[in-house]
Amino acid sequence: MTASVLARPQGTTTPSVRKPGRRLKPGRPIPLGAAIGPFLLLSVWAAGSAAGWIDPRTLSAPWTVVTTTGDLIADGRLQDNLAISAQRAGLGLVIGTVIGTVLAVVAGLSRWGEALLDGPIQIKRAIPSLALLPLLVLWFGIGEQMKVITITLGVFVPVYIHTHNGLRSIDSRYVELGESLRLPRAVFLRRIVLPGALPGFLLGMRFAVVNAWLALVVVEQINSTSGIGYMMQLAREYGQTDVIIVGLVLYGLLGLLSDGAVRLAQRRALSWRRTLAD
Amino acid sequence: MATNLGGLTATGTVRVHRLVRGFGSRAVLDGFDLEIGAGEFVALLGRSGSGKSTLLRALAGLDSDVDGSGVIEVPEKSSVVFQDARLLPWQRVLDNVVLGLRGSNAHERGRAALAEVGLAGRENAWPNELSGGEQQRVALARALVSEPELLLADEPFGALDALTRLRMHDLLRELYARHRPTVLLVTHDVDEAVTLADRVLLLDSGRIAVDLTIDLPAQRSHRQPQFLAYRETLLRALGVNHSEG
Repeated sequence: MTASVLARPQGTTTPSVRKPGRRLKPGRPIPLGAAIGPFLLLSVWAAGSAAGWIDPRTLSAPWTVVTTTGDLIADGRLQDNLAISAQRAGLGLVIGTVIGTVLAVVAGLSRWGEALLDGPIQIKRAIPSLALLPLLVLWFGIGEQMKVITITLGVFVPVYIHTHNGLRSIDSRYVELGESLRLPRAVFLRRIVLPGALPGFLLGMRFAVVNAWLALVVVEQINSTSGIGYMMQLAREYGQTDVIIVGLVLYGLLGLLSDGAVRLAQRRALSWRRTLAD
Repeated sequence: MATNLGGLTATGTVRVHRLVRGFGSRAVLDGFDLEIGAGEFVALLGRSGSGKSTLLRALAGLDSDVDGSGVIEVPEKSSVVFQDARLLPWQRVLDNVVLGLRGSNAHERGRAALAEVGLAGRENAWPNELSGGEQQRVALARALVSEPELLLADEPFGALDALTRLRMHDLLRELYARHRPTVLLVTHDVDEAVTLADRVLLLDSGRIAVDLTIDLPAQRSHRQPQFLAYRETLLRALGVNHSEG
């Protein structure tokens, strides 16, 4: 080896100073980069309100929003409305998740189940849940029942679709392994089918959470007498843009928190493949 | 639907009678007969498409979607080792080993099996964290932990590098000496067959072309003249024009 290096003609050795090539990467990350955009937006809003460019009837000043939040908490309206909203969304989410998962397992493990269930659910998938609202109001009235059912309908579809997909994409070699070990059906389900479908299920959950909040916003703005949506609806009638913004911020926080929770669950439950994915 | 009249043998013998297996109109095995004695180590050689995997899958009962008929008698307690380790990536190594076990001492037995294949201390690793050879050792542990009377292995070392394969040969001989199951090892590697087995069957177009008893000491090497003679015979039967020097 050494000999060949020595024998190499001098002209071909690489120059010690190399011109930097054109960089195609976006470069090093900026510290706290994610906060810059929102902060800029907030400053424009604050500056506009302070200078009087923004009419408070169009958009309340940021500090008004903060004091209004304080007032709403002080008289308990915020907590009450938040609790009732969270209850609706949570109930719909739980029921929808259970239904979606059970249907996915039935359709994924039996040809008859698939023949009976998959078609109707694919049709349901094509119809936005919110388009069913007039029918749901006629059937179930405008009470809690209708609200939870609407949220449930929005939740179970993505849970079903992605869990079913996860089940179908389980490697058939693992099924063969189960056969060769003569696993009882219950063990096969618990050790192979459900863990195999878990990545799909959790992906479905992320969509489901988004859908739950979306459905909540809509049902709470229709003939509701409680909840964040109702609070915002009432504020619209009185022209209180500050209360509306408090509601929007709440929805945003709830969305972020719940998505974060599902992602955390994803990381925990799928730690076995972290070495590859993360 | 492949129907298996006959059933289970108690002593570890394998009996196949008039076995027919095919895909569509093409019969891979047509009236195939085979007997393997209890505790015999048989290697099944053959080119691809010779029917060796079809036979192994029939013995393992993994061909319910294949057309066929015939009588298969195999021990009730049999295990399969596949070419890929086929570990569940979402189960830790020990849980993979004890997947088919029931009973309260399953974990103990799993630990012992892992120690036997030289993987003591890796019980809590994820399969992805192991090398290919280590994964295949886990698969061996999983196959042997149930103390099978018949071990069916479908090119179990085919995906390993040459060095790892040699070490796995030693391990398999060692495990075989200790547990004495009947072994049917499918391989396309003549050296592997002669190194490991006591009897080599060469399958050609669905029938046994050569049935060779390997009469060599447990310690085998390529330098033994008899080893080379067996190798020559088998290579010639496989149609390899093998000229030395």
